[in-house]
Amino acid sequence: MEKDLGREITEIRECYRNGNTKPIAWRRSQLQALRSFLLDYEIQIFRALNLDLGKHYVEAFRDEVGILKKSVNLALKDLKRWSASTKAKLPAIALLSYAELVPEPLGLILVISSWNFPLGLSLEPLIGAIAAGNAVVLKPSEMSPACSSLLANTLPKYLDNQAIKVIEGGPAVGQQLLQQKWDKIFFTGSAKVGRMVMSEAAKNLTPVTLELGGKCPAVLDSLSWSWDKEVAVKRIVGAKYGSCAGQACISIDYVLVEKSFSSTVVELMKAMIRTMYGDNPKESHSVARIINKHHFLRLKNLLTDQKVKDCIVYGGSTDEDSLYIEPTILVDPPLESAIMAEEIFGPLLPIITLDKIEDSIEFINSRPKPLAIYAFTKDEVLRKRMVSETSSGSVVFNDAIIQFAADTLPFGGIGESGFGKYHGKFSFDTFTHYKAVARRSFFTDFWYRFPPWNNHKLELLEDTYGFDYFGLLLVILGLKRSRKTFHVN
Amino acid sequence: MASEEEKKAVFDAESAKEVVKELRASFAAGKTKSYEWRSTQLNAMLKMMEENEPQIIAALRDDLSKPELESSIYEIAMVKSSCTVALKKMKHWMMPEKAKTSLITFPSSAEIVSEPLGVVLVISAWNYPFLLSLDPVIGAIAAGNAVVLKPSEIAPATSSLLARLAADYLDRSCIKVVEGAVPETSALLEQKWDKILYTGNGRIARIVMAAAAKHLTPVVLELGGKCPVIVDSDINLQVATRRIIAGKWGCNNGQACVSPDYIITTKNYAQKLVDSFKCELERFYGKNPLESKDLSRIVNSNHFARLSKLLDEDKVSSKIVHGGERDEANLRIAPTILLDVPQDSLIMTEEIFGPLLPIILVHKVEDSLDVINSSGTKPLAAYLFTNNKKLKEKFVATVSAGGLVVNDTTVHLAEHTLPFGGVGDSGMGAYHGKFSFDTFSHKKAVLYRGFAGDAFVRYPPYSRGKLRLLQALFNGSFLGIIRALLGWSKS
Repeated sequence: MEKDLGREITEIRECYRNGNTKPIAWRRSQLQALRSFLLDYEIQIFRALNLDLGKHYVEAFRDEVGILKKSVNLALKDLKRWSASTKAKLPAIALLSYAELVPEPLGLILVISSWNFPLGLSLEPLIGAIAAGNAVVLKPSEMSPACSSLLANTLPKYLDNQAIKVIEGGPAVGQQLLQQKWDKIFFTGSAKVGRMVMSEAAKNLTPVTLELGGKCPAVLDSLSWSWDKEVAVKRIVGAKYGSCAGQACISIDYVLVEKSFSSTVVELMKAMIRTMYGDNPKESHSVARIINKHHFLRLKNLLTDQKVKDCIVYGGSTDEDSLYIEPTILVDPPLESAIMAEEIFGPLLPIITLDKIEDSIEFINSRPKPLAIYAFTKDEVLRKRMVSETSSGSVVFNDAIIQFAADTLPFGGIGESGFGKYHGKFSFDTFTHYKAVARRSFFTDFWYRFPPWNNHKLELLEDTYGFDYFGLLLVILGLKRSRKTFHVN
Repeated sequence: MASEEEKKAVFDAESAKEVVKELRASFAAGKTKSYEWRSTQLNAMLKMMEENEPQIIAALRDDLSKPELESSIYEIAMVKSSCTVALKKMKHWMMPEKAKTSLITFPSSAEIVSEPLGVVLVISAWNYPFLLSLDPVIGAIAAGNAVVLKPSEIAPATSSLLARLAADYLDRSCIKVVEGAVPETSALLEQKWDKILYTGNGRIARIVMAAAAKHLTPVVLELGGKCPVIVDSDINLQVATRRIIAGKWGCNNGQACVSPDYIITTKNYAQKLVDSFKCELERFYGKNPLESKDLSRIVNSNHFARLSKLLDEDKVSSKIVHGGERDEANLRIAPTILLDVPQDSLIMTEEIFGPLLPIILVHKVEDSLDVINSSGTKPLAAYLFTNNKKLKEKFVATVSAGGLVVNDTTVHLAEHTLPFGGVGDSGMGAYHGKFSFDTFSHKKAVLYRGFAGDAFVRYPPYSRGKLRLLQALFNGSFLGIIRALLGWSKS
């Protein structure tokens, strides 16, 4: 098995070395093929996502297929522009006559994707890697097997098999892949595995992008207008339970709200859950399943502590057979409890109450930097403070999760939530080496560049490097003498 | 007195932890964030360079016997220029960048905000000890970070000068210099940093990145490689030779990461090239280059022994066509040229980092591209001297390196609008100019939405109708949306 892997990788590398993936025409054809796949296999994709995660097809389109179609169309539209060299500005009297930045592919890319958005998190990096002219190996998550095999069995029918491969498998295969030499590794997953990926990458000096997670807070200010309250709660509830049942790196992990506003919020949320999911959310088939027994039990255990259980104000029921957990709301579980210490990654929503909403800044800052911070407020002062006094991958005002769809915004983390970014052109950039290319003519030369050295040359060079053209002129005309004495060593 | 020495002697993990703790507190207190603080520090650094030129030049002379002119230009002037560029452009760099928004998030506005990463570590090298220490620090400061600088212990005079000057001129609560060697560096690497910028070799870089992995710390690694120079025949030979000499022996006597490492030229042209070198080398360094004051010495006896070994290898020692003289006591090796060395020799396997210049011969000049590309590693820089447009284009298209220069060597470093960094074995990440600011910044995406204009299609309960609307929305077509709303969609 290992020998095969090594051989497969060698073959892809040969293919890259032959220059097959560099031409724009190749990249375009691959992206078009990917687009066709998304079109032709839409039903099968919906089916696979439903099998693996119980995702409703609208959710699947909104969060994965729709986004991917948008991304591949953008890449096709802007491919030429992205892959063109850009001129670098040079000062009037430069040592160089011409300089440009030439984008070139890095080479062989390894994309390791996650189980919660198995199509999206596999194909979005793939789009960027292809657009940038690389050869790619994609390892989808074995925890979403229907999607993994859909990709492994179908992509080869559409894409260039010599240059793009899907390799299925679990941690053992992942380990083997990490031991090969890559030109970049793009990893989406947990911080624990992220550390391991980076450690392996360090052995070969392979650059990495790590898209991790964190506890993304939603700060809910006391809003006065009922329309605003409705929309805010709708967006929070929709984001939390509607996107893979809270199993998303940018899911709202917990809500921060002022004590005086919290009971209003809880009532509004309960009503909203009923509106969106009916009285029996399980029957609505609009709430995704928990991915597997391990995570189901992990989530269930978050609620076993009596002190935590007592804080449940809505939901809390679980069904191990169908891996279903009801949309659940808790108010003020103890901060040391596991539900507030680790990333929840499930449909449990703690509401933490504060004396004043401004305290949320300190609350957030005393915890690791999350992938996103959400703030629902109309207060300009609070807004400015949120942006300048907190740190996170991104900040979204008055909505949640939607930043994922904005391809002019870099998507990535900071600190424990990862590093590197993608989406839109940032995807192209992350798989590109911007090579500086400078040209000089033989004609212009600064004779004072060369030894033997003396004072005069020193002065001239200083003025040249300091872009002091006037000074340069004076020295040449003999009107300016060096301020310093040249020491003979 | 004894306790001070004791304090100095032991910089361990505890001490490193304390340093980071202090800097984190300073950063958390917002000290480094303001434009005023950043420009004060950069101005102080400018003053520091201006007021201490003789001392800097003397330290570089002690550590490397670096010629005064090289010190003044490549270290002092370049640092000053970096400060000046940052001071001039910082306000603009600090401004948030507006981002366009699409129909999907309509109505909304968005921007990308540059914020400092926090507390960063800069580990510098010995060959350009001032430049490679301060240039990254300038970027870190401009981006609003607190910084620890660990200069190289292989250049001890500059290391202690840097420590003293930084303490005198810069804000000690936010910018610190920690001197030391392996133990001190290891202690520093155990801590959690928000970014590490390391300049040096591949072996240590792996250790740095592995240490960074434990804390998920992003890194910039500025490494080296064998920077090739292709010399075509129909060129201005004298100018080309001079420029190669300036990039090789004129840059710390070949001990620079972007120094031309070896030359590739055609069999027919080789002799002309060698003769030109002999002529220009004598013009620059005289008949006794071992005594020339315009050449740096070899930094220490380890590297002297390493370079000697490269010359003494059997298959190579007979290929010396110029130079080869050595003075071990003074750590000097004369500019040495070797002709037609075998590609499996030691001198062609590792990065030379010294005043030895091997010449590899090919039949036609285009073959040189294959020589470079089959080496299996990507260097920090690659150079080509030619007037042949086609060759230039093929060179740019097929040779991958950190940077390429046509008809010169090393000068691209001085250009602030070009990113300076490697690819593959020559490193990852880049800096200089705005790239320095960007490398020490977190580009935070900020999306502003209001409560008006809520796309009900996003939320459950889900339906076919909502799917059609979503499809139209993602397509960005108004017509599609209207049709979907009216139930006229195609699907």
